[in-house]
Amino acid sequence: MRVITDNLPLYLNGLATTLRICLYSGLLALVLGTIMAAFRVSPLAPLRAVGTSWVNVFRNCPLLVVLFFMAFGLPELGINGSYFVFGTLGLALYTSAFVCEAIRSGINAVPPGQAEAARAIGLGFGQSLSLIVLPQAVRSVIPPLGSVLIAMIKNSAIAGAFGIGGDLFSVGENLTSAQGEAALPVLTGVVLGYLIITIPAGLLLGILERKVAVAR
Amino acid sequence: MTTSVLYESPGPRAKRRALFTSIAVSAVLIGVAVWAVLRLAAAGQFTVDKWGPLIDPTNATFGPVWNLLAQGLVNTLQAAALSIALSLVIGTALALTRITSAAWYRWAVVGVVELLRGVPVVMTIFFAARVLPDYGLDLPLLWYLVIGLTAYNSVIIAEIVRAGVLSLPKGQSEAAYAIGMRRSQVLLTVLLPQAFRAMLPALISQLVVVLKDTSLGYVISYPEFVQQGKYVIQNLDNPIQVYFVIALVFIAINHSLSRLAVFTERRLGRGRRTTTTPAKKQEPVGAATGN
Repeated sequence: MRVITDNLPLYLNGLATTLRICLYSGLLALVLGTIMAAFRVSPLAPLRAVGTSWVNVFRNCPLLVVLFFMAFGLPELGINGSYFVFGTLGLALYTSAFVCEAIRSGINAVPPGQAEAARAIGLGFGQSLSLIVLPQAVRSVIPPLGSVLIAMIKNSAIAGAFGIGGDLFSVGENLTSAQGEAALPVLTGVVLGYLIITIPAGLLLGILERKVAVAR
Repeated sequence: MTTSVLYESPGPRAKRRALFTSIAVSAVLIGVAVWAVLRLAAAGQFTVDKWGPLIDPTNATFGPVWNLLAQGLVNTLQAAALSIALSLVIGTALALTRITSAAWYRWAVVGVVELLRGVPVVMTIFFAARVLPDYGLDLPLLWYLVIGLTAYNSVIIAEIVRAGVLSLPKGQSEAAYAIGMRRSQVLLTVLLPQAFRAMLPALISQLVVVLKDTSLGYVISYPEFVQQGKYVIQNLDNPIQVYFVIALVFIAINHSLSRLAVFTERRLGRGRRTTTTPAKKQEPVGAATGN
């Protein structure tokens, strides 16, 4: 285990980079996913079609392929960026499809009476969605949304494998491949790094779930 | 289509407004698509050089290219089939030990489950491929991928099966005990078959996850679909076209699987209502995660 303590700064840097990818992707995925969920329940057929295709494409395509598309497709459209930008963006697009489905299931779980009451007092689609339905929906989807975000943290390793330098996964790859360290201790360190993020996140999720649960 | 409770059935003015907005939205979407196509065309992405080998059977390289890709797809499906079969066996065993065993052993299983659930799949695959050879376990690449995928998915399937068993009405096991069955008989002949039935949709959804994750064989150079695509790209320099085709194939297969899961769920739901009433509604585990 000397290799972990010797390379502790490298590991901590990797952890920080992974967290940075997850923070940006997570925020973007939450925003995009919510927008797509609103699209999917909207009265306008073209918007619903956009939401449905979005979800079907990003949920059924492997993340690796999405990332390759970002890295090789966007430059052809004249959009250039670093692997960090492409990786974060790809991860966000991929995750947003799952966020969308989680939120949509939450919207479906809100009793119809709530939306009907909102309409009865004269609120329009936008108002009843954003003031009445979404706040309740979001509270009831904390558990699936949390699972989606934890899965995203784990998926960030794929973004690392695809070429983002300095994240937790690439630290392991670098130490074993380039510097020829023994694989078991190095990778145990990387695994510990991910567990440090995902297990507390899971526990936190459980607490949050009990705190905000909608009593019905 | 069912009418949403979120908005009224529209009157004439709302209908007109909706029509205008729909047209405006469609115009914007078409605009974006046209812009993208023009940019791609300007970058020479629609030439016969780039597309011919993929879509034109008379093209000289069509045969070799699709041979490579088909081999990759076969390898992908093979890895997925092996992983799901192994995960089913190990996952069921895990679930059963967690249901039946002594407390200390149960906690050990819970520990393993939590550990493997918290580690990225790409990490378990990488781990298998890098660590196992150090300990003298030299296997074909396929098996490192299968071991990595099984490590994660058996745990997920264990949770699915456990949820399935727990969701069964108590009367099922009580009746089985009452006619003199032993615990193992109750589990194997009464509870498990019903649990699998109830959890079939969740299990099919998990297949989608496994199929997508086989693409991670790329990381250890297993010649799966995406990896084979890379060889094509190295020779023909057409990344957008090849990844487009790969994405299309994945989406087609996985979308069909998702539809199958929904279809199964509906059929089982119909059968369920007439035979037994479930004790409580059980959320399918793992089906909604972002993997």
